[in-house]
Amino acid sequence: MVVRSWRHIKERYCLIGTRCKTCGRIFFPSRNICPYCRRRGELEDYKLSGRGKVYSYSVVHVPPKELEMIAPYVIAIVELEEGPRITTQIDCKPEEVYIGMPVEVVFRRIKEDGEEGIIHYGYKFKPVENQ
Amino acid sequence: MRDVVIIGYGQTKFGELWESSFRDIIVEAGVKAIEDANIDGKDLDAIYVGNMSGGLFIGQEHISSLIADYAGLTPLPCTRVEAACASGSLALRSAYLSVASGHHEVVLVGGVEKMTDVVDATSAIATAADQEWEAFFGATFPSLYAMMARRYMYQYGLTLEELSMWSVIAHDHGYRNPYAQFRFRTTLEQVMKAPPVAEPLTLMHCSPVSDGAAALIVCDAERAKEFVPKEEMIYIRASTQASDTISLHSRESITTLKAAKVASEKAYKMAGITPDKIDVAEVHDCFAINGLILLEDLGFCKKGEAGKVVAQEKIRIECEDFVTVNPSGGLKAAGHALGATGIRQVGEIYWQLKGDKNCKDRQAVIKHGYGITANVGGSGGTVCIHVLSNNRNR
Repeated sequence: MVVRSWRHIKERYCLIGTRCKTCGRIFFPSRNICPYCRRRGELEDYKLSGRGKVYSYSVVHVPPKELEMIAPYVIAIVELEEGPRITTQIDCKPEEVYIGMPVEVVFRRIKEDGEEGIIHYGYKFKPVENQ
Repeated sequence: MRDVVIIGYGQTKFGELWESSFRDIIVEAGVKAIEDANIDGKDLDAIYVGNMSGGLFIGQEHISSLIADYAGLTPLPCTRVEAACASGSLALRSAYLSVASGHHEVVLVGGVEKMTDVVDATSAIATAADQEWEAFFGATFPSLYAMMARRYMYQYGLTLEELSMWSVIAHDHGYRNPYAQFRFRTTLEQVMKAPPVAEPLTLMHCSPVSDGAAALIVCDAERAKEFVPKEEMIYIRASTQASDTISLHSRESITTLKAAKVASEKAYKMAGITPDKIDVAEVHDCFAINGLILLEDLGFCKKGEAGKVVAQEKIRIECEDFVTVNPSGGLKAAGHALGATGIRQVGEIYWQLKGDKNCKDRQAVIKHGYGITANVGGSGGTVCIHVLSNNRNR
């Protein structure tokens, strides 16, 4: 599944989404069509700042097989300061997370395709220090 | 559009059916429905079947052919319909449209899932979410609903006790359903202290992994007179469906299912009724929080009030001043065999409105003669609503 991961490098490594020039809305992950303007919309790449706040969260105790090593882990929906919300792990202890917690993006190893498969990288978020 | 009625229903028990295969259970349910409708295989014009993922759970696609084959119903056209956990009711909607349009007269609609033949069910179920932008990052299916619950608690002050009461009532209803997966009662303490799955949800807020199949016979109302007396026909008064984003994070609100609101408003309009005319409902409580959210989105109470309604136990079969919710035990206690669930929900309402002997220990009070089902795919990306009635006069 190398290409499936490779196709998303821009988004998963660099947090680049899209912005509709017509209505100004920002989307992450990127979209091919603006759902608000449809054919009148025009999309361009847009780099997100990677700062946001926890909108909701959960602590996963029953993980999929490839994440058994790191459970329990914190999964969250983060609202980015530019507006879009994304699903991500929060790199913190389960008891630390709360709704409204300021967080920022970090580059992390997400999982591996078995012992001989490729390693998938992507974003996680961590609490903003010195807050 | 012609009037469409349900004239037969059958289901297997839901649960860990180690002795039975995929084909065993769908054939069992289909034969029961055919017998219940007093029809013969040769009366059928078509088959529709809801199934979420034969491919992931048993390594078998092309189940339309498989089912027609093993039911002994070739060369009837058989169509498999998929929309994750809403597959069953979408199959029914396809059948409904084919009969209402006049193209078919008598149709067999099934729903089936064999989930216990696979080791990592968590990963298979997660395919109902966005693989690339939710599951990839470690979101499991329960954790998506857990995030809805957490946000709901934050916005509306819902307590864990109020949420947990949903499961207590579900088990109390399921206890009376011979086809239910879990036929035991439980307590608030047991629900809250069960092992955590995705906080704040414990195992007892989650529907189980189930094997099961269910089948209905759907028929043109005129043609149905050939097979059953009029008082045994249950009318499908509305069949509606709506979509929403596949990812939970893309929605404006995660404490409401917009697709459920849109589809149910359309359904009430199509049936010519208001929510207060509904006597009995089967709602998609894959996780307890979704039961609460659907009470609001279907118009049975205001936003943020479902926790109080549940805590006051108004949804119980015995409570006469509120709609009876999930007399079957719902997905929580009756079981959740993904593709079969939408059919099982409608089957329960069919029995309830008929006053069938199959639900004698859990019969809801039927005052107006209307029932509703809400079947949800994924975290709300698809919602399908059916309104049924035992009333011949609109």
